[in-house]
Amino acid sequence: MNEYFGSYAVVVVLLLIGLGIFAGGLFANRLLRPNRPTPEKLMTYECGVDPVGEGWAQSQIRYYVFTYLYVVFAVDAVFLFPWATIFAAPGYGMTTLVEMFVFLAFIALGILYAWRKRVLAWT
Amino acid sequence: MNNPGPTLSDFGHDPLWISIIKAVAIFVFLMLGVLFGVWTERKLISRMQHRYGPNRAGKFGLLQSVADGLKMGLKEDLMPRTVDKVIYFLAPVVIAVPAFLAFSVIPFGPMVWMFGHKTPLQLTDLPVAVLLVLATASIGVYGIVLAGWGSRSPYAILGGLRSSAQVVSYEIAMGLSFVAVFLKAGTLSTSEIVAKQAGGGTWDIFGMHIPTPSWYVFSLIPSFLIYAVTMLGETNRVPFDLPEGEGELVGGFHTEYSSSLKFAMFMLAEYVNVFTVSAMAITLFLGGWRAPWPISLWDGANTGWWPMLWFFAKLALAFAFFVWVRASLPRVRYDQLMAFGWKVLIPLNLGWILLAATLQALRLPESNRNGILAFGAVVVIAGLGIWLRFDTVNQRRREARAAEVEEEFEQLREEPAAGGFPVPPLDLPHYHGVVPSARAPKEEVTSGSN
Amino acid sequence: MTLQAPGFWPPTGPEIVFLLLGVVALGSALLVVTTRQLVHAALWLVVCFGALAGGYLVLTAEFVAWVQVLIYVGAVVVLLLFGIMLTRAPIGRSADLDSGNRWAAALVALATAAVLVTVVVSGFRTAYAPLDPGQGAAKPLGSSIFRTWVLPFEALSVLLLAALVGAIVLSRTDIQGRK
Repeated sequence: MNEYFGSYAVVVVLLLIGLGIFAGGLFANRLLRPNRPTPEKLMTYECGVDPVGEGWAQSQIRYYVFTYLYVVFAVDAVFLFPWATIFAAPGYGMTTLVEMFVFLAFIALGILYAWRKRVLAWT
Repeated sequence: MNNPGPTLSDFGHDPLWISIIKAVAIFVFLMLGVLFGVWTERKLISRMQHRYGPNRAGKFGLLQSVADGLKMGLKEDLMPRTVDKVIYFLAPVVIAVPAFLAFSVIPFGPMVWMFGHKTPLQLTDLPVAVLLVLATASIGVYGIVLAGWGSRSPYAILGGLRSSAQVVSYEIAMGLSFVAVFLKAGTLSTSEIVAKQAGGGTWDIFGMHIPTPSWYVFSLIPSFLIYAVTMLGETNRVPFDLPEGEGELVGGFHTEYSSSLKFAMFMLAEYVNVFTVSAMAITLFLGGWRAPWPISLWDGANTGWWPMLWFFAKLALAFAFFVWVRASLPRVRYDQLMAFGWKVLIPLNLGWILLAATLQALRLPESNRNGILAFGAVVVIAGLGIWLRFDTVNQRRREARAAEVEEEFEQLREEPAAGGFPVPPLDLPHYHGVVPSARAPKEEVTSGSN
Repeated sequence: MTLQAPGFWPPTGPEIVFLLLGVVALGSALLVVTTRQLVHAALWLVVCFGALAGGYLVLTAEFVAWVQVLIYVGAVVVLLLFGIMLTRAPIGRSADLDSGNRWAAALVALATAAVLVTVVVSGFRTAYAPLDPGQGAAKPLGSSIFRTWVLPFEALSVLLLAALVGAIVLSRTDIQGRK
């Protein structure tokens, strides 16, 4: 029990040290750096030309599809991990193998569909 | 020779002060590693390009990165007027802190005596340690997304979108390339994966006992190759450094972080990520802290503090690999990058996992070999059938596309205004930086179509 | 489950951490629905999911906890953010984030919470399950998925496929509506 919480306490300690170092660094930076803003300095950079447009920049839906694919495959990978750890244990073997084949076949169907519909191609 | 090293039950007993010493040591190591890593990279790459590289600050220019770091810490920090202040400030912290966290589960060596305590040379280990590394990588993506969005500039938002889409795509391929390792090792804990690579079996040929290589890089070479590609993609390094495609995106998601300390934090995170993925490659595939073959014949090679030396040597070699790749390869196009990730790496990876699992199943004592072989044959035939069908569809599509292009050329040849070749419309609003006043209702000018 | 349950007082360290994480989760969830800035709402959602992951960790369900970080924090909220950024993401406050039915929505939320709390309380009462570190790791989880819960696992693949096909159809621009 204590081992378990001990291991995670160490991770938390590392996280706190990291936060402390970066917070300290940023704070020291704030004290040390000069600050003389001018309107030109506070403009966003667009290669020397005055910035064009003020709203948001709309972008392609394609990025959304790729993140969606990411969600699906992340779930898939998360199920592969426990499967891989118990696979070699006695009493699993064949049945577990077939189960994973069926699971991956469905997922493969999805990626095949995306491929056929040319979602994966960046036109 | 076979010191199996610590197991999971050896962790979580350290007194707090030893944990803090280890944690601070990891931080110091990574910070110094980044400072001198940058120097090594610049020096090495300039040698490969036949020039000197940094040679002014200190002996051999060794202090160049220190000087750069000091400069960044003392420079004026410009925060553009239009940014979302909270998010703009948060992004570099979110990308830098988790980058360090992953190193808590990297094994540097076996059990050693430290101030009268026997303790493993690893901050901590968990039954799900590899998952922690993947999780910290996925938190790092937020830094990219937030920096891109919070900067409020088309270059930054495009760079952020591109970069995060790239990182998440390659993270999948990376996670899948771990599966074969778990299959062999039967655990997700890093120290136990290293322990499993301690010794392989032996081949008995003509009465001689030839030890088989026990590192997973040999038995799982497809996984390792895929991982080697994904680690370049995951860290936004050449040839996959699309977010920094200077020609098209300026600095990508960190365009608006003008060489301040915040920019230094992005750089720091990038280099720490390079170290993390290299350390994971070493832990999962290259035997961890274990000595390579000729040295491992010496009995003391895997005991005491020596393994730390082997680990650092491997890490330096892995980093040199990154630099070598950077010096050799040009940047790929974004569509090629995504197509490679989704159409090559992931399907190949899934296929290889199933193949490896089938081979593993064949070796189990209670397995029904004929059944597995018949099943495998059915799957292979079905896969081939699908592929053939798919191939003809693609073939037909390619031919149709070629005909289309041909037709377009024919049309263009007859069009006199274009001089036979396509030209962009000449009345685009942003050509001269001003919108003609004739276009009274102001149109939204988007940042492009990509 | 028949073990003698220790009393609630004095609370142990993990119990205090668990309660604090619960407070963080609840507070950030409230901020998700009350903040006036769309992207900040998504970020508060990250905090909420992170606190939930911490809760799983304290309950020794470590695999689930890291999966929560990996999937919900790392994938689902990034998907949400992309969705916001590709449609509209104004900097600063938006005036139209409040829906007209917010009272109805608050009522439904409270009712759901009441039902859940009553069910959990009346279902378990003083039942006591000792925390057993290691039971939440990959191996025990895998054996229960691939021994006992195979059918839900396979059904999940169909669900994922359906979601994927839906997203592809939605994002395609070359499909015309029926004339």
